[in-house]
Amino acid sequence: MSDTIDPYSDLEISKGAVAEPGTSVVNKTGTWREFMPEIDHDACTGCGLCETFCPDMAAKGVGDRRYEIDYDYCKGCGICAEVCPVDAIEMFPEVK
Amino acid sequence: MGEQKMLKGDKAVAHAVLSAQPDVVSAYPITPQTGIVEKLSQMKADGDLRGEYLKVDSEFNAASSCIGASGAGARVFSATSSQGLKLMSEPLFTASGMRLPLVLAVANRSLSGPLSIWNDHTDAFAERDGGMLQFFAEDVQEAVDNMLMAYRVAEDPDISLPALANLDGYILTHVKEPVEIPTEEETNEFLPQREPHATLDPKNPKTMGAFARPEHWTETRYAVHEAMLRSKETIGDVVEEFADQFGREYGLEYGGLLQTYGPDDADVAILGLGSIVGTMRDVIAEHPADVKIVKPRVIRPYPAEALREALAGVEAVGVLTKEVSPGHQSTLVSELKSAMYGSGHNPAILGNVLGLAGRDVTKDEISDIVDEVIDAKTSGPAGRFRGEEDWPQLNRDILPDEVTH
Ligand code: SF4
Ligand code: SF4
Repeated sequence: MSDTIDPYSDLEISKGAVAEPGTSVVNKTGTWREFMPEIDHDACTGCGLCETFCPDMAAKGVGDRRYEIDYDYCKGCGICAEVCPVDAIEMFPEVK
Repeated sequence: MGEQKMLKGDKAVAHAVLSAQPDVVSAYPITPQTGIVEKLSQMKADGDLRGEYLKVDSEFNAASSCIGASGAGARVFSATSSQGLKLMSEPLFTASGMRLPLVLAVANRSLSGPLSIWNDHTDAFAERDGGMLQFFAEDVQEAVDNMLMAYRVAEDPDISLPALANLDGYILTHVKEPVEIPTEEETNEFLPQREPHATLDPKNPKTMGAFARPEHWTETRYAVHEAMLRSKETIGDVVEEFADQFGREYGLEYGGLLQTYGPDDADVAILGLGSIVGTMRDVIAEHPADVKIVKPRVIRPYPAEALREALAGVEAVGVLTKEVSPGHQSTLVSELKSAMYGSGHNPAILGNVLGLAGRDVTKDEISDIVDEVIDAKTSGPAGRFRGEEDWPQLNRDILPDEVTH
């Protein structure tokens, strides 16, 4: 995501806050995070529940039943850790 | 010319809405608004209303589905009252930021608690800062006419904002008056097809109501503020065209933003909003002194210049208001003070909170206020500024001890 061109850099305000699709990718909401999930890949069974329940599409299947957290967008809400049936996700305080 | 009918206010408003043939009506019943959407539901069942009628599970959904439909380019309608308007409030603030025109009839009613189903303006004023146009009607005919005018202004491509067309609950919704109902042809002539500034289209996806970063939010809010200020001129044009086509005039000399009754050169005035003005008119017709009535037709946009003009020669104004902002004062009063004080002409402004939650306002009570305003005119600077409103109907005997000790 780091190579995404910021479409807001010289944004002119549209009437009624109408934006092109997909423009929200530049709003890296992960900067608000207080807690950080970490997946123990040895324990993970690849069930995909974290991806299903993550409200920000930050827990993602990356192929071969492997799941990763996209920290650009993960808000640290802990839902993934809560739903993981094998407790493969642990939440750590994020120290900046 | 439209048909003259003897109709209850709620049914009359439904007929006015029908003449505009909204594409989507989405509503949830709440007293005293229910008659409006019940009638529209009947019209849908009879095949007279050609648009969709959505039966939703709450006012939140009614407002949200109207926003979605408006985003798709539809002409939309909903109606509500009181707590229902509060439940719509969250999506309605979004609608103004998204510049989506909606028209809601609001049958004004007090807010809980204590629970009351009767009329005052607490609900409308609680939405004051949302970026919605707000019209007020004195009688059923004006409520009918305001529906068409609200659509015209809200859907004007240069304005594009939600509008609340207020009418006093029960006092106007449940009274039968002879009214002229515009035909669909007449409304078509007055109210052109909506031209949306952007529409939702699966083939050409876009995001409406997108996230804004701090470096952009100010600008979007300013755009709403500016459109609202500019809408004063639009209202003036619309009211003028309305008068040309339908022959009913709503304050042309004040750009359609307010009306006055009584002698132009009166040096005292009373100001009120909505149906109370009818009673005020009866009082000044009988009062020995020359008194002018000032009736704002909108509270947003706020008609500050028009009020200064209407009150130019006036030394004292009594404001009759059916709302209060607890801990400060009535909003109608504080906004009038902000329009006048500092303008070089500082009349005495005497606020009176009355008619809350359906309490009757009698001609005698209004006449007493007129007398007090005349006294204030002659009492010099001491009478100029009264920090607090009077509550002429307050029964101190039944208040709890902490209030009266
Ligand atoms: S912590 Fe929340 S936002 Fe982050 S990956 Fe888990 S569910 Fe998604
Ligand atoms: S929920 Fe747990 S086990 Fe399932 S894929 Fe996510 S991390 Fe792996």
